Amino acid sequence: MQAGIDLLPAVLELPFREGYVWSTLWVSLTVSVTAVVLSTFFSIPVAIVMGFADFRGKQFVKSVINTGMGFPSVVVGLLVLFAVSNQGPLGEFEMIFTKKAMIMSQFVLATPPITAISLAAITGVDGNVRDAARVLGGRRLDVALVVIKEARYGIVTAILAGFGRAISEVGSVLIVGGNITSSAGISKTRTLTTAIQLEARQGQYETAMILGAILVVLVLAVNAVVIRLGDEGAMNR
Amino acid sequence: MEQRNADTSDGRTRRQVLMGFGAAGIAGLAGCSSNASEGSPTPTESNGGSDSSGDMPEVAGETLTLTTTTSTYDTGLLDAIHPHFEDMYGVEVDAVAQGTGAALETARNGDSDVVMVHARGLEDEFLENGYGKNRRDLMFNDFVIVGPEDDPAGIEGMDSATEALTTIADAEAQFVSRGDNSGTHTKELNLWEAAGTDPGGDWYQETGTGMGEALNIANQQGAYTLSDRGTFISQRSEIDLTILVQGPIEGGPEILANPYGVMAVNPGVHENANYDLAMAYIGWITSPGAQEAIADYQMNGEQLFYPEAITEEPDFQQYVPEGWSSDAE
Repeated sequence: MQAGIDLLPAVLELPFREGYVWSTLWVSLTVSVTAVVLSTFFSIPVAIVMGFADFRGKQFVKSVINTGMGFPSVVVGLLVLFAVSNQGPLGEFEMIFTKKAMIMSQFVLATPPITAISLAAITGVDGNVRDAARVLGGRRLDVALVVIKEARYGIVTAILAGFGRAISEVGSVLIVGGNITSSAGISKTRTLTTAIQLEARQGQYETAMILGAILVVLVLAVNAVVIRLGDEGAMNR
Repeated sequence: MEQRNADTSDGRTRRQVLMGFGAAGIAGLAGCSSNASEGSPTPTESNGGSDSSGDMPEVAGETLTLTTTTSTYDTGLLDAIHPHFEDMYGVEVDAVAQGTGAALETARNGDSDVVMVHARGLEDEFLENGYGKNRRDLMFNDFVIVGPEDDPAGIEGMDSATEALTTIADAEAQFVSRGDNSGTHTKELNLWEAAGTDPGGDWYQETGTGMGEALNIANQQGAYTLSDRGTFISQRSEIDLTILVQGPIEGGPEILANPYGVMAVNPGVHENANYDLAMAYIGWITSPGAQEAIADYQMNGEQLFYPEAITEEPDFQQYVPEGWSSDAE
């Protein structure tokens, strides 16, 4: 990790002011990770309930979730904007142009893919596994745990898909975050994606490409870490 | 405090008092009091923000949200001049770069404290609807008509912007429009109207993007476009377009003037607007020091903005919608 940090600045700091890239990267990472963690705590229970229970309108809920996967991020941004704007229902909390508003919109964006893919993974677990767990005297909770364990790769994929959606989207964070840096160039609500958009707007395609490369490396790194954690978790059991 | 300064009649103290006034308002007073009590610190030291909080103005630690246009932000002007204001008051300025239309709309919703834009018609509407207070003329530059060097429509050197646009329309040469309700887009539409031409057809493209992107698109397609001089200069090294019709700064027609205004969001409409700090900002940015900083700001060796807040003659029109008169009921 340390070696990586030592190597990178030579590339990173070239066309940018000091701290610009790191602070932008940090905002991207903290906003997306927070949104995905919150979304995971919300989505997995929903997926479990839907995977195990039968209720009227289940197909409808499913299709709503699946539709949500294709929901354009700018539309989500607009909805969150209306909510957090001074005139909106959450206006008194003064969240517009803050990371909180960005987390909110990314939560909305990440939840459908995490729920839908987790649900697919859970329902995809072989029926025999459930039956076996039940035959061995497992209660409802035990059966659920066995099924989740079987579905863990699918669930990890779901979380990564949610993270991928959050970290790569530009429409909503631009609208609700405002793409703000301090006058010293330290990011407040600027993410890598909105920074790329700004550079492209100014015709600075080279610096936009550098930022794009950093974003790709970041996504790769997060994927590697999460998959690694998933593997270790599996071995420890 | 005043008396004490008056008693000591050496030049430095007098200068400090003057600078204290120049700093305007609370920060200036803070500077004076600390100068009087300590030995002979320079005013900048006492305004530096590093000393005890008792010396800081009441607004210290607050954040001012400024919605503005892409042309002031993308040229780097705001990042260059804001540190002075931020140090002076111990505050932060969050500059959100949108188009003029969007910047005003954000302010209309009460989501910003102060706006800096460049479309007088839209500013007047904002004032007339009661959303804005204390409008000041801030600075100006001009618009230029840019296009490919080979100039297929042959407009180079024309001294009428409307004639140039009519020529482009007649030749059906490619023209890129911002199409985003920005100040530049508003100006462009006004120009077409003045030219008596209704643009449309395959040659006329609305991009719905910022100025920089519009310049890139025009560059790639060998098209004409209307640009503010600042953004064009800041991007000139990246593109092959050239200025074909100059604005008033280089002797072109007055119709291409591009004045910027600044105004506070009305706290009577949006009570959570940070009006104190907004007015401190307006006071600061229209002060001699900040106006000079605007004039000194250069990119690629060229001045981008020309200050116009300070005039010897009174200018009442800057405070009210254009053509407004108290007689007209």
